[in-house]
Amino acid sequence: MIHKYKLNGYNIILDVNSGGVHIVDELTYDLLDNVKPPFEKECPANVIEKMQRFYQEREIRSCYEEVVELYNSGILYSDDDYEKYASYAVASPVKAMCLLISQDCNLRCEYCFASTGDYGCGRKLMDLTTGKQAIDFLLENSGDRENLELDFFGGEPLMNFEVVKQIVEYARSKEAEYKKRFRFTITTNGMLLNDDVIDFVNKEMSNVVLSVDGRPEVNDRVRKRVDGTGSYDRIMPKYKELVAKRGDKDYYVRATFTKYNLDFANDVFHLYKEGFDQLSAEPVVGDPSMPYAITEKELPRVFGEYERLAEMMLVNENKGKKFNFFHFMLDLDQGPCAIKRLRGCGSGNEYVAITPDGDIYPCHQFVGIEEYKMGNLMAGTFDMDIKKEFAAAHIYSKEECRKCWARFYCSGGCNANNYIYNHDIHAAHKLSCELEKKRLECAIMMKAARMVEKEHFED
Amino acid sequence: MMKHIVTINKANLKKSAEKGGCGKCQASCQSACKTSCTVANQKCEK
Repeated sequence: MIHKYKLNGYNIILDVNSGGVHIVDELTYDLLDNVKPPFEKECPANVIEKMQRFYQEREIRSCYEEVVELYNSGILYSDDDYEKYASYAVASPVKAMCLLISQDCNLRCEYCFASTGDYGCGRKLMDLTTGKQAIDFLLENSGDRENLELDFFGGEPLMNFEVVKQIVEYARSKEAEYKKRFRFTITTNGMLLNDDVIDFVNKEMSNVVLSVDGRPEVNDRVRKRVDGTGSYDRIMPKYKELVAKRGDKDYYVRATFTKYNLDFANDVFHLYKEGFDQLSAEPVVGDPSMPYAITEKELPRVFGEYERLAEMMLVNENKGKKFNFFHFMLDLDQGPCAIKRLRGCGSGNEYVAITPDGDIYPCHQFVGIEEYKMGNLMAGTFDMDIKKEFAAAHIYSKEECRKCWARFYCSGGCNANNYIYNHDIHAAHKLSCELEKKRLECAIMMKAARMVEKEHFED
Repeated sequence: MMKHIVTINKANLKKSAEKGGCGKCQASCQSACKTSCTVANQKCEK
């Protein structure tokens, strides 16, 4: 299976099963509409006859030879023979956890999937006892995994900062005994950042996600304080201070875009101009009937905006400037192995979320959905049937994914989105798929453009 | 050197499968996304 497309002046061919990416001329692009395996030694006469109205016969023949050479090298029309690996990772240890340390928030963002912080379950903070039990659960269920990931999430996690500190201290005190290494991350809205918090976050958190939606008017329209005023002026100076002190540790300044800012490339560039170079912008998740929701109607505009963002980034890079955009980051040579790519984030299998009550869910987005409550820390319960269901949710068990060219990049997509929109973790959410495919096309095109630019420079 | 086609990457996913599946890599939703999924931007940590 191949995927071919044109973008920003490039003709691009992705060989889906090997991951091979090729830039081709018009002749090859057209030829690939007319030939497929099994290949003959020479270009079939009917193909030459059909194409020689537009191309010289000699060129068609030489192009065909190149196509066959790539096929024989296993980087064009290669077979999908990974299904045998789908049984791997079925009994995976739990290696990552999302702690809903604060089921409460000090902002009232219009689009919040957690119902403005409480997940529709009432406002609560996690206590230290539950936090310690969560750490113990992770230590005991992580098998031979040495690196354990723990994300402090909310609501707003800094509303429970003292417990965050104590949980980190507790986890660190167990590292040597269990021969594990914790990697902490935190996602914050920035409202409670001060010097002490910034120093702690920069010391202990291997990654920090800083939420802001871009331009002041865009952010303040949806990311409001309880009194209805905006949050931009409060958080941006703090984010700048945090990042300035952070050194080379990871961070993301993360925006959510909605129907209100379909020109979100301007928000990404606004954040870049404000001094940040690790950026993310995600489409809003939520009820399609809400005024901010992105629906199929908005797709052409969003596609165009992703393309515009990619092109703007390339122009910027040609001026010697650069930033990372999370969804355009793609390592075509050193990325994850094919086996990792059969499943998405690992939710419900390698990754779980814990609520302040100690309830266990497949991920933060499933919190409050009773059907998918996996157990409770205090009760000592953990439903292995749900874990197995998630372990079996790989690309070969999802009908749309089996035949999709993007399956080894998104790996079956977000189970939570599938459930929220389609009530089935195996039923791909079409809108998310379309957005993901466009982002991938842009990311691959950027790789091609950078290579061509580099070769041009070297010439 | 091909005249009509330029291949931009050297890796082949098939090779990665042979020694893959160790599970040491990061869980992909723990980074910047939290609401959507891209696995291919993760690193192999083996």
